[in-house]
Amino acid sequence: MFGRLTLAAIPTGEPIALGAALAVLAVVLATLAWLTWRGAWPYLWREWITSVDHKRIGIMYCALGLVMLLRGFSDALMMRTHLALTVGGGSGYLPPDHYNQIFSAHGVIMIFFVAMPFVVGLMNFVTPLQLGGRDVAFPVLNSVSFWLTAAGALLVNLSLGIGNFERAGWLPYPPLSETTYSPDVGVDYWAWSLQIAGVGTLMSGVNLLATILKTRARGMRYTRMPMFCWTALAANLLIVAAFPILTATIAMLTLDRMAGFHFFTNDAGGNPMMFVNLVWAWGHPEVYILILPCFGIFSEVVPTFSRKPLFGYRSMVAATMAICVLSFMVWLHHFFTMGAGANINAVFGVLSMIIAVPTGVKVFNWLFTMYGGKVEFSVPMLWSLAFMSTFVIGGMTGVLLAIPPVDFVVHNSQFLVAHFHNVIIGGVLFGVFAGVNYWFPKAFGFMLDERLGKAAFWCWVVGFYLAFMPLYALGLMGMTRRLNVAYMPQWGPWTLVAAVGALVIFAGILLMLAQLYVSIRRRAALRAGDDPWDARTLEWAASSPPPAWNFDRLPVVACLDELWARKTGARKETPLWLDDKPFHMPRNSAIGVALAAAATFFGFAMVWRIDWLAIAAALAALTAVIGFAARRNLEVAVAPNEKAPA
Amino acid sequence: MSQRNPFRRTGLTPQEPDGSAFSLRSFDMTLSPIHSRRIRPASSRLARAALACALLSGCDYITLDPKGPIAANETLLFYNALAIMTAIGAPVIAAVFVVAYWFRKGGRGTFYLPDWHYSGKIELVVWSVPALTVFFLGALAVVGSNRLDPRVAIAAEAKPLDVQVVALDWKWLFLYPEAGVASINELALPIDTPIHFRLTSATVMNSFFIPNLGSQIYAMGAMETRLNLLAHEPGDYLGLSAQLSGAHFTDMRFTARAMSADDFAAWIAQARRNPDKLDRDAYGALLKPAPESPRVFGAVESKLFDAIVARTAPTPENAAACAPAPRRATQDASAGKGT
Amino acid sequence: MTATVPLDDSDQLAGTGFEVHSDEGAAPREEVVGFGFWVFLLSDIVIFASFFAAYAVLRNSTAGGADSRALFSLGNVALETLCLLLSSYACALAHVALARRAAAAFLIGLAATFALGALFLTLEIREFADFLARGATPQSSAFLSAFFALVGLHGAHISAGLIWLAGLAALFVLQGSGARYGSRFFCFALYWHALDLVWIGIFTVVYLMGVLP
Repeated sequence: MFGRLTLAAIPTGEPIALGAALAVLAVVLATLAWLTWRGAWPYLWREWITSVDHKRIGIMYCALGLVMLLRGFSDALMMRTHLALTVGGGSGYLPPDHYNQIFSAHGVIMIFFVAMPFVVGLMNFVTPLQLGGRDVAFPVLNSVSFWLTAAGALLVNLSLGIGNFERAGWLPYPPLSETTYSPDVGVDYWAWSLQIAGVGTLMSGVNLLATILKTRARGMRYTRMPMFCWTALAANLLIVAAFPILTATIAMLTLDRMAGFHFFTNDAGGNPMMFVNLVWAWGHPEVYILILPCFGIFSEVVPTFSRKPLFGYRSMVAATMAICVLSFMVWLHHFFTMGAGANINAVFGVLSMIIAVPTGVKVFNWLFTMYGGKVEFSVPMLWSLAFMSTFVIGGMTGVLLAIPPVDFVVHNSQFLVAHFHNVIIGGVLFGVFAGVNYWFPKAFGFMLDERLGKAAFWCWVVGFYLAFMPLYALGLMGMTRRLNVAYMPQWGPWTLVAAVGALVIFAGILLMLAQLYVSIRRRAALRAGDDPWDARTLEWAASSPPPAWNFDRLPVVACLDELWARKTGARKETPLWLDDKPFHMPRNSAIGVALAAAATFFGFAMVWRIDWLAIAAALAALTAVIGFAARRNLEVAVAPNEKAPA
Repeated sequence: MSQRNPFRRTGLTPQEPDGSAFSLRSFDMTLSPIHSRRIRPASSRLARAALACALLSGCDYITLDPKGPIAANETLLFYNALAIMTAIGAPVIAAVFVVAYWFRKGGRGTFYLPDWHYSGKIELVVWSVPALTVFFLGALAVVGSNRLDPRVAIAAEAKPLDVQVVALDWKWLFLYPEAGVASINELALPIDTPIHFRLTSATVMNSFFIPNLGSQIYAMGAMETRLNLLAHEPGDYLGLSAQLSGAHFTDMRFTARAMSADDFAAWIAQARRNPDKLDRDAYGALLKPAPESPRVFGAVESKLFDAIVARTAPTPENAAACAPAPRRATQDASAGKGT
Repeated sequence: MTATVPLDDSDQLAGTGFEVHSDEGAAPREEVVGFGFWVFLLSDIVIFASFFAAYAVLRNSTAGGADSRALFSLGNVALETLCLLLSSYACALAHVALARRAAAAFLIGLAATFALGALFLTLEIREFADFLARGATPQSSAFLSAFFALVGLHGAHISAGLIWLAGLAALFVLQGSGARYGSRFFCFALYWHALDLVWIGIFTVVYLMGVLP
């Protein structure tokens, strides 16, 4: 009846896991109860859950990222404190099975359900506004994308209390992830949650690509597109080209596990290294999917707060697209130690280094953007400055890792852990925080509290350096990643420092939550105008927050930094708007949340092999799609200057 | 293999010894072989001292504390690359703060260029600086990859010693085919003798790594990888798996004992006196997924390593198949009907 | 100090640029839908490419079991190919009929597309059943895993296409050809032709290269 699912799936024997699951359950129930008590459901359903407004969806992506950041960071804190307790011969408090689950979940959550939602959310929110459009190309599909991502996140969190998550690392290499070595549901949870979220991401990539290439404002040529849109274009090209590889790879692993196929097994001719190749053929572009939009954010923030145009715009575009192409040619550097020939390693090593060229150009160009400017140390700018310095360190160690013989001695060590946190926290997360602080007033119409923002910034930066610089040293001391005991005495001091760093970051996260809470409470005092930063691009020409249709009258673009040109009157031509005729906006749709519900049940059923539930969920999804396709009144007419849809 | 080597035409093949040290200081990029003689150029020692002062005691940094020529070269390469990267990176980091502070809003004595957004000369510089850096480092990578190819034998007077390595859950098995002995979690090595490793895994993927000796390499099921290492100094070195292999992955470590040739001969003789024989049954017992303490086998079934690679020796997959599992049943059914 | 331009007046910007679409603002709805679907199809082809790559890696890993030459018969495959190509042709004819608003011809075209697609699927299922009966199961070797997965993935796409086609036919009968019907059918046609393209790849890489020496 329930496949592999029995009462034994609830981790009653593991007090820590059970406690965590109960705590999460309590928080979720309390939130739901509070929302019900406040009578918020009709509002949430109408304005958010069924919304197809790209701005609302972007905000929901960011909210998902923030919630999952708390989950992923709890895992990090547990790992760091556990390791600190093993210093000096202790055994910590996490059994090996649980510890391995925690670092696997940490990686999966941070990449797929924190970094991705934040980045996709910001692209969603900003791109149509910057392009001077009314919405993304496919607003309803956008809602489906978001809800599928949320469904994947939900499935990962279900593994906390029902069964267990996988224990084979964030990318579970076979044969360890095959049934012989991982017979339980952990890897299945991984596979189905990422499969569902991955489909969402792919749809979002298609959507934003069509948006950027097909729905720009009149006059918005490629050479007039804001830098953030260029980086979003590059990132979505990568999503569309790379995520299908992940989908295929997970499908193969699933066939191995569920149907006894032999893609990656040790026996019957399977080839585990094929998984490693395929997964990194997705995995390396994925890194750039995350970082490129963040480069775009810095390219918006630095000129705005330097009161100058971006230096070397065309260079920046060329560098972005060069990175986009090169990112597909370097995947083998993730496994130089596989034993491939010297020349293969050398080629991939050199190609990996070549990526440092356009990246270096970007750093120099941001530097020259500040040169001759009036740099204002606002919160977004502080994050940008911290990024520039931190990311250079990450880039330097990355180039070290790209030299195959150097990689031979630091591969899979804490040095590597330090490197990728250096680029992902110092690059992606700092970028996201810069972006959130920058665009928050546009999204909500009031500013984020600056003092708390700066306090959070300093905690994050100091905590980051304390937590991750020691890992470079530990790596050179021979400490590999994923060890659950710091068994060499000399590893002790740095391990303790890293734990302290994690606590300081924790303070930073708490301050961020405080910043959000205080800002909402003081929103009347923090009210922002349409253009609070005196910025340069079109999103600041819309009202704050913008109406569902973004602009009452669509702008006509005549140059780069269109808004700046309009404000300063630098351009001789008269600024143009399209005249106001009625237009159509898509109606709200429940298809996204309906499909996500079906996908969650389907994934859960596949994990536990509950056949009838899987079939029922698939049929429900099909019915929903057919129902949606047969729907007639898809759009509602809007007359400009009329502030509510008819 | 060597025919495809682009350096062959110039006569600088990895097989051609000219004994030159591998150091960027002299821009000497010849492909000399890894020699058994010690390489510790002055630049390495200086950089090492600098780094050691900045951090903790130098000996703790076992990855940068080479006890053999492979590790010595890799350490040197690490420092050279680090020096080049720091020479570029440190000024950039400094410039970020200097420029941001110099041009701060309200700062006095600066100029404001509200429309300045392009300079061909600067563009040229910002593209060429990273390009040149990468050019140098790329050369290091190409030369280093060829010189430090794990598969290339190390030139030395002593006859190379073959060691076969099998990764198990969660222990390392070392087979000495010439002596016919085997050990678990203890790797005895004669110093100044090139060690030629052949590696595989009986179970999941692992990475064989002795930081003091250099180069790690994956050990994978149904596949064989090769690695050449050499130790100069006697001593006990940490050996470990650098690739997650399951619950007790942390226990997957061993001691690499580098010893004099005489001590090694004595170790082998001692091992031979051990009554335990590593035959298929004994090997099958080792497949039980559990950590194990160091031990030796006085005798080893011949060709055991080849059988493990070919998966004709017992495997965890076979063991799983003993239980009635459908996938094995279909496999047997099809076996007779093929072709 | 701003002016407005009429929506349908492009003279104002004449001579200022060469990129027609960007100067004209957002592209028409049909074009955006077609483009988006085209991008989606490209990503779908990347999924196929991954399975092709896996097949290329594993095609000789027969683990002592049946290999491609022992299994494949080109006759059956030729028949399958014929069905699929004719189905695609019928789909194109239906498309023309839709453009000419010939409802009966359109429905006949849909029926022919569906029938030929279903015939292809039947032939494929028969082939698979035959292999399974001969003990060549996907569980017996990596080669067969890759074969069944790649060809099966194409078959699954065909099945999904048939369901889609049935849905489109039902919509046409119930609601007629509304404003968006044309671009929906255009997407289906793109999808159906793309599957032909993939099949040509399978035919060449899997069957021809598997049988020829």
